[in-house]
Amino acid sequence: MFSKATYQSYINATAQAAPLAVFRILLGLLMCISIIRFWAKGWIEKLYLEPSFHFKYAGFEWVQVPPDVLCYLLFVICGLSALFVAVGFKYKWSVIIFFLSFTYIELMDKTTYLNHYYFVSVLSFIMIFLPAGGYFSVDARYNPEVCTQYIPRWNIDIIKLMLTIVYVFAGFAKLNYDWLINAMPLTIWLPTKFNLPLLGDIIHEKWLHYAFSWGGAFYDLTIPFFLMWTRTRVPAFITVLVFHLLTRMLFPIGMFPYIMIVATLIFFSPEFHNRVLEFISQIFKFSKAQFDNSRKLLHAQSKRTQAAFRVMALFMIFQIIIPLRFLAYSGDLFWTEQGYRFSWRVMLMEKTGYANFKVVDGQTGKRFYVQNEDFLTAFQQKQMASQVDFIIDYAQYLGQTFESHGHQNVEVYVESYASLNGRRSQPYVDPTRNLYNPDNQTSLTAYILPLHD
Amino acid sequence: MKLLRSHILISLSLIAIFLVLSCSDDDTVGPDTTDNFDRSAMLVFWADSIIIPAYEAYDITLDALVSAKDDFLADKTEPHLIQLRNAWLNAYMAWQHVSMFDIGKAEEIGYRNYVNIYPADTTEIKQLATTGNYNLMLPSTFDAQGFPALDYLLFGLPESALLEQDEYNSYLSDLADRLQALNAEVLDDWKNSFRDSFVQNDGASATASTDKMVNDFLFYYEKFFRAGKIGIPAGVFSGTPSSIRVEAPYSGEYSKALFLEAFEAIQKLFNGTSYDQSTEGPSLKQYLDHVSEVNQTNFVADDINEQWQVASTVSAVLMDNFRNQVEIDNSKMLNTYDELQKAVVLLKVDMMQALNIQVDFVDADGD
Repeated sequence: MFSKATYQSYINATAQAAPLAVFRILLGLLMCISIIRFWAKGWIEKLYLEPSFHFKYAGFEWVQVPPDVLCYLLFVICGLSALFVAVGFKYKWSVIIFFLSFTYIELMDKTTYLNHYYFVSVLSFIMIFLPAGGYFSVDARYNPEVCTQYIPRWNIDIIKLMLTIVYVFAGFAKLNYDWLINAMPLTIWLPTKFNLPLLGDIIHEKWLHYAFSWGGAFYDLTIPFFLMWTRTRVPAFITVLVFHLLTRMLFPIGMFPYIMIVATLIFFSPEFHNRVLEFISQIFKFSKAQFDNSRKLLHAQSKRTQAAFRVMALFMIFQIIIPLRFLAYSGDLFWTEQGYRFSWRVMLMEKTGYANFKVVDGQTGKRFYVQNEDFLTAFQQKQMASQVDFIIDYAQYLGQTFESHGHQNVEVYVESYASLNGRRSQPYVDPTRNLYNPDNQTSLTAYILPLHD
Repeated sequence: MKLLRSHILISLSLIAIFLVLSCSDDDTVGPDTTDNFDRSAMLVFWADSIIIPAYEAYDITLDALVSAKDDFLADKTEPHLIQLRNAWLNAYMAWQHVSMFDIGKAEEIGYRNYVNIYPADTTEIKQLATTGNYNLMLPSTFDAQGFPALDYLLFGLPESALLEQDEYNSYLSDLADRLQALNAEVLDDWKNSFRDSFVQNDGASATASTDKMVNDFLFYYEKFFRAGKIGIPAGVFSGTPSSIRVEAPYSGEYSKALFLEAFEAIQKLFNGTSYDQSTEGPSLKQYLDHVSEVNQTNFVADDINEQWQVASTVSAVLMDNFRNQVEIDNSKMLNTYDELQKAVVLLKVDMMQALNIQVDFVDADGD
C-alpha cells in the first residue's frame, strides 16, 4: 500500500487553497482577539510586570520580560502580526513575527503555561512552512503572481494531522485510573458549577461525573476520525461545538474552545470553505473571483515546498515523541509531572500544594522560614507549590537572594505537601534535602517522595 | 457502509447525550438540590449571624472607647485613665472578631492597615504627636495609629506624661476618633448595600463571595494570626526572636488574651457558630463534611478541629505576657507556631481542594 508510487501521487496531489485561507483568517483574528483580551484583563501587568521573579523553562533562562512599555510593545507587535496574518498582508513575515513574539511571550514565565498557548505556537510554526498567504489575501490581491488557487494537498493534511495528534493524545491521557474509575477530577470540579442554568441542578450527581469523564475520553479519541469521513462530518462538528462550548461554560479555560472549534473547520470540504470566502468577499465588497486563477503550486516544481515538507515531516515525528517522553521518567506522572507539559494533557488533574521554605545556616544551624508572598504573586505561589521544578527553581532564587543579603552557608529546605485528585494531602518534596545547590545535576524526580494512595 | 452507519449512530447518540444532559432540567426529581451544599445559605448566615453582629459589637466598644477618651481628656485622673485603658482593651478584643473580614469596604479602604499594624513606630508617634502635623490617611502612618499606637500611648509612656502633660492629648483623641469613624464606614456599607451583594454573589469563581471569604480567611490565618501574633515575635521568619513584635507589647499582659480571642473567632467562623454563640449555622465545616460524605474521603474538617485542639493545648501553657514568654522561653512560642502551622497544610491543601476554591482568576487548563 505504501509504495513509492502512492507516495509520489500523494505528494504531488493538489487541493484548493480555500480551506487554508479560511484557517489563516479565523486563526489570525482569534489570536488578535486573545491578545486584546489578555491585555484588557490586566494580565500583562499582573502576570509579567508585577512579579519580581519569573519561572523559566530549562534552556530559555535568557528570555527576559521587557521592561514596562517595551513589554506592551511586544504585545502590540504580536497582536498586529496576528491581524496581518488574518488578512494575508506580507504573510511570510507576519507569521514569522507572530510565531516569534507569541512564543517569546510564553517563554517569559512558565507559570502561565497552558496547552492552548503551546498549541498556538505549534500551529503558527507550521504555518510558517505553508503557502497560506497565497490565496484570498492582501498579498495575492496586489501581487497576482503569488496568487495560487491550488496548493499541494499535504499543506492541508498537515493541519488535520496535527489536530489528530492533539485530540488522540488528549484522549489517551484520560485513560487512567483516577479519570475512568474515580471520575476524578471532574467530581471535584463539577459540583461547584451549581449556578449554571439547566445543568446546575444535576451537576453534583455522581453518574454525571462518570458520563462526562467517559464521554470526554471517547470524544477526544475518536472525534478527528469522525471529522475526516464525509458522512459523519456534520454531526461530528456539532459534537465539537457542544463539547467545547460546554467546557467553556464549566471551566475557566479561556480561548481554547474557540481555537479548537475554528481549527476543526479545516476538515470540511473546499466547497464549504469557498462559500465562507464568498460570504466574506460579499460583506467587504470585493470579488473572490480575482483569486480563482486556476494556478497550481506543484510540489514537484517547488524546491521550497519540498524543503518545507521535510521540515514538517520531522516536526510531526517530534510531535509524536514529545508527548511520549514521560515514559522515560520514573514515578507517577501526575505526582512528579516530569514529562507532563507539551503533551496535550488538558484539564486532567486537580493538584493543590503548599510549600514552606526554610533557610538554614549550614554551620550554625540558625534557621528561619520564608514568607512566599514577599517574592511571589498569589498565582505563582499556587503554581509553584505543586510542581517540583518550580520548587527547585524558587529554592535557587531564595538561596541567591539571601546570600546576596549577606547570609552565610545558605541551605534551603522545603516542607511541602500536595493533594492529588481528591486524595488527602501528603508530603511532596523530600524535606531533608538541601535544595540550594547551583551546580546540581540531580534529576528532579529524585527530590520527590513517592505518592501513596 | 455498515462502518459509516455505526459512526453516524455513535456521533448522533453522543450529541443526544450532551443535549439531554444540558436540557434535562425540571424533569429530574423535583427539589432534589439537598445533596448539593447550599453556598448562599452559608453566606446569609455569615453575613447576618457572624459578620454584621461582630462589627456591631465592635462598634459599641469603640463608642465606649471614644467616650472614655473624652472623659479622660476633660478630667485627667487616675480612675479615668484606668477606664480608658479598659475601654481600649475591650475594643481591641472585639476587633479580633472582625479583622479577618477583609472584603467589601474593608478591602477597598485597606481597613486592617489602619487599625492593627505592629510593632508601632514609637519615634514616628512621638514626632507626629508633638508636631501636630499629620495625616492619618497616609500609608506612611499605618504603624503610628490604631490599637498598637494607643497601646504605646496608654501603657508605654510614663504615666506622668499622660496625666500631667498635654502634648499627646490631640493625637490620642484623633486615634480613638479615627477607629470609630473607620468602623462606621465599614459597618454602614455592610448594612446598607454590601450585605445583599455579598449574599447574592453566591457562585463559585475567584470573585464569588465564598471563594473570596475562604481566601481572606486563610490569608488572615497565615499572615496576621499565625505569623503576626506568634511566628514573627518568635523569630520564625528572621531567625532572631523579637519580643517587641508581640501584639500589644507595652501593656504586655494582654497579648495572650488577644491571641486567644482571635483564635476563638477563627474557629467560630469555621464551625459556623453565630457571634452571640446562640445558634449554629451552615459553615465551612459542614461544607467539608458534605463533600467528604459525597466523595467518601476522610473528614478534613475533623482533622482541622483536632489540630486546633492540639494548638490550644500547647498554647495554654504560654504566659499571659508574650513579651516575657519570648524573652524567657521562646521554645514554647515556637511549639505553638508549629501546631498552628500544621493546620495550614490541612486548610490550604485539603480544604482548598475539597471545596475547589479558586485562588485567582487566570485561564487554566493544566491542572
